[in-house]
Amino acid sequence: MIEIKGIRKSFGKLDVLKGFDFSLADRKITAVLGPNGSGKTTLIKSILGLVIPSHGEILYKGTSIFNNWNYRKEIGYLPQIARFPENLRVSELLKLIEEVRNEARNSDELIRRFDLESYLHKKLYQLSGGTRQKVNIVLTFMFDCPVYILDEPTSGLDPIALIRLKDLIQYKKEEGKTFLITTHIMTLVEELSDELIFLLEGQVYFRGTYGELMTAEKEENLERAIAKILEKENVKDS
Amino acid sequence: MLKILKYSFFDLIRSRWSIIYFIFYFISGFVLLYLSNDVSKAIVSLMNITLILTPLIGTLFGIMNFYNSREFIELLLAQPIPRKHIFLGMYSGISISLSLSLLLGMGIPFAFYGVFVSGQIMSLVSLLISGVFLTFIFTSISFYIALVNENKLKGFGVAILVWLFMVFIYDGIVLLLLIFFQDYPLEKLAIIISLLNPVDLSRILVMLKLDISALMGYTGAVFSKFFGNNTGMFISISALTVWAIVPTFFILKKSVKKDF
Repeated sequence: MIEIKGIRKSFGKLDVLKGFDFSLADRKITAVLGPNGSGKTTLIKSILGLVIPSHGEILYKGTSIFNNWNYRKEIGYLPQIARFPENLRVSELLKLIEEVRNEARNSDELIRRFDLESYLHKKLYQLSGGTRQKVNIVLTFMFDCPVYILDEPTSGLDPIALIRLKDLIQYKKEEGKTFLITTHIMTLVEELSDELIFLLEGQVYFRGTYGELMTAEKEENLERAIAKILEKENVKDS
Repeated sequence: MLKILKYSFFDLIRSRWSIIYFIFYFISGFVLLYLSNDVSKAIVSLMNITLILTPLIGTLFGIMNFYNSREFIELLLAQPIPRKHIFLGMYSGISISLSLSLLLGMGIPFAFYGVFVSGQIMSLVSLLISGVFLTFIFTSISFYIALVNENKLKGFGVAILVWLFMVFIYDGIVLLLLIFFQDYPLEKLAIIISLLNPVDLSRILVMLKLDISALMGYTGAVFSKFFGNNTGMFISISALTVWAIVPTFFILKKSVKKDF
């Protein structure tokens, strides 16, 4: 559904994406991994049209996304940092995004799932970081989209909310949704992802399933496999 | 765009700072009116406050609002709407809500005092118009500065410098120019100079309406002499409109290309 062809992006002298091809597997959960500064967020933002690549092409269902905004109707995006206009109430924020998307929302079940009923009439500055992240999650999933892009979805969540989020993602996957997730929480990757892509210095270093990565690196868990890759790269660099 | 405008407006109008801003004008209006007991004098005093304060508040709110909404702007950018609508909506929302604080804060004391029967309603209107123009102009300039500068501190510094330059430094430079070149005919130059500064234009607009020649200053007097009061006012309003449109145009141009 989403195809990326040789995109490059640099900020000043820093080359963040160094030209890679990648197509997102339909109806699967793909996890994007990589150390800080490897280009994960820039990749996501390029797909959403927030960052404009200097070279290459991004296609959604075969059509270029550049100078196009309609395709975003089909993408639910969970940003990394949940900060909203402080003086709006939670219910008003939900309504704002509903009006902006011009699409009926389906938020009641999600509000119950994340115990947000009592917060609906509170102003956003009164909420804790974790609660704001729950609101963020509701905003993302309250529309029925074929694709969901989640940037660090677990930040600030308590264990109960984390389990509920995982269940939600599984449920949506069974409904046939496509996911692109970045995270540093390895257990989440192990539990949820069908496919991994590992970014290193703006390029795809590894692409495959969890099992394939373990075999390739001869390790038993993901954290060690990744540490090994990074150590190898450090040796190469020096 | 209207949806973003509406929420940006409501977010700001409910903030403590909007209310403080309103109360400030409200109290100043009452105090100046009842102490001087003269609508013209109160308008002149309020004009001196407005010419400094509205650009400052527009600048501060524009720049702070943009930087504070960084993450929310990213969320909006990921929604199925054109970029232009987001920035136009936010900018108009801030400017309208600040203008409302100004209009009500000054309008209510004058209404109580009986400005409607004093025959000087148009002087008040000219003051309010210039205040609203300055709010829009400086909000858009600071919004543009915030768009261009990723670094908050630098953006803030540049915006304050622009305010300082327009409100204080510009007049000093003009005065020096006039002294240095006093042997030459300077009328046309003076007109061009005042067209280049929205704060000066606003002062001229209010002064032409009040028709107090002693307070017009050199540029005001030139405007009055060259164009007569009515054409002078028309020209200053037209120039202020251009001033409000140009930075908005730059905001739109920049917002389409920017990476977030």
